[in-house]
Amino acid sequence: MENNLKRTCLYDKHVALGALMSPFGGFDMPIQYTSIIEEHNAVRHACGIFDVSHMGEVLITGPEAEKLVGHLFTNDVREMTPGKVLYGMMLYPNGGVVDDLLVYKKGDNEFFLVINAANIAKDVAWMKENSTGFNAEVKDLSEDYAEVAVQGPKAEELIEKYLNVKVSDLEFYTFKELEIEGKQVIISRTGYTGEDGFEIYGSAEYINKVWDILVGSKEVAPCGLGCRDTLRFEVALPLYGHELSQDITPIEAGLGSFVKMDKPEFIGKEAIAQQKEHGIVQKVVGIELHEKAVPRSGYDIEVDGVRIGYVTTGYQSISTGKSVCMALIDNQYAALGTEVDVRIRKKTFKGTVCKKRFYQKNYKK
Amino acid sequence: MSKIIEGLYYSESHEWVKVEGNFGYIGITDYAQHALGNIVYVDMPDVDDEVEKDSEFGAVESVKAASDLISPVSGTVVEVNEALNDEPELLNKDAFENWIIKVELSDATELDGLMDAKAYEGICKE
Repeated sequence: MENNLKRTCLYDKHVALGALMSPFGGFDMPIQYTSIIEEHNAVRHACGIFDVSHMGEVLITGPEAEKLVGHLFTNDVREMTPGKVLYGMMLYPNGGVVDDLLVYKKGDNEFFLVINAANIAKDVAWMKENSTGFNAEVKDLSEDYAEVAVQGPKAEELIEKYLNVKVSDLEFYTFKELEIEGKQVIISRTGYTGEDGFEIYGSAEYINKVWDILVGSKEVAPCGLGCRDTLRFEVALPLYGHELSQDITPIEAGLGSFVKMDKPEFIGKEAIAQQKEHGIVQKVVGIELHEKAVPRSGYDIEVDGVRIGYVTTGYQSISTGKSVCMALIDNQYAALGTEVDVRIRKKTFKGTVCKKRFYQKNYKK
Repeated sequence: MSKIIEGLYYSESHEWVKVEGNFGYIGITDYAQHALGNIVYVDMPDVDDEVEKDSEFGAVESVKAASDLISPVSGTVVEVNEALNDEPELLNKDAFENWIIKVELSDATELDGLMDAKAYEGICKE
């Protein structure tokens, strides 16, 4: 299994930096270079760079590209102008989630979709399968694009200073396309950390160059997937397979605002309408423990000794020091302030249902 | 290269025992703290709890994962290192200076089954 792991174009750099490597989404990825806490804090207070070349990219083109994306995607692409980015999901007819993704509108007949590494094969098959009858083409470009995320309050300043690319004119969730040395580069003001920042897509050659310049500047810390998870968790951004899955709908995950029911149609709309009408039986909530134990993914949540759900992601939050988790529990216990128990090994620890966002986002809008 | 101290007993699961009379101080090795990364919580037993050789008696939690503590010896917990409640990162700073529990040994011959520093160094190289 491990022998089949894919490597990104930055693999040798990670190894040279002494990164701890681990499998993620079919790739051998850096978890940390120095320590998760140091890297987490670099992003919260200065700037960090992540190799996210494992992410998948799909291009949908053709006269009915917009119609097809609208069919597959929960958010509404009809009002988008070129240069805008939208977050949303692809759903199964039963409302379960195929994947969550970003959609970049490049032109009226051209959309660029960014999907999770572990789901590339499944997503591409899903898109193709459901494109029958649409005058549009689905093309998997995952092998062609490398990607880095440059995140943190100093990201704008440092990108402009070292990469000689103007990004201060980019608004939140917009992008620009550049041609650098004959190669196409996409840069968007997006990210997965709760901080201001940018995601840069390009050829392996260009992304290697960006990495070398920014890491070489010593002002941008190389950051692994370890802190990517602690950062996104603190601001309640979902991770597919944890807070979203084929068994967790966007409504249950508390992400209903990315599902536009006023669209004429999309796959899963019926099921979501039913959930909205009849209510949900399970919900993703936040839980804060009263003691300093660490609730981890998969641990049981109990009330009066009866299991009512499980932890989807949990940490001792690096930014706040609190022991907190997101958990999928029976909706009847989901009200803020409800007391629950979290089973951690042999003991149970008291916790209180709270808001999922444990740390304030610092986006530049 | 991880630090290894002479004069301690070591287990394959990377705990150490320092023997003083009939008591043993138990901690984790420098190799273990390094492999775990930032330690954020130490789950320790209570005083008077019994611990059993090769059985779990608590856990060390890093940012990313929980790792069971396995007792290298059997006995009764007479003291736990309370400082670790407030500063679990002490284990990262010096894993040998900061013991986790102090145990009254119930069978000192169990120590014979543990490794010395030299043998343990071999394990860390594997």
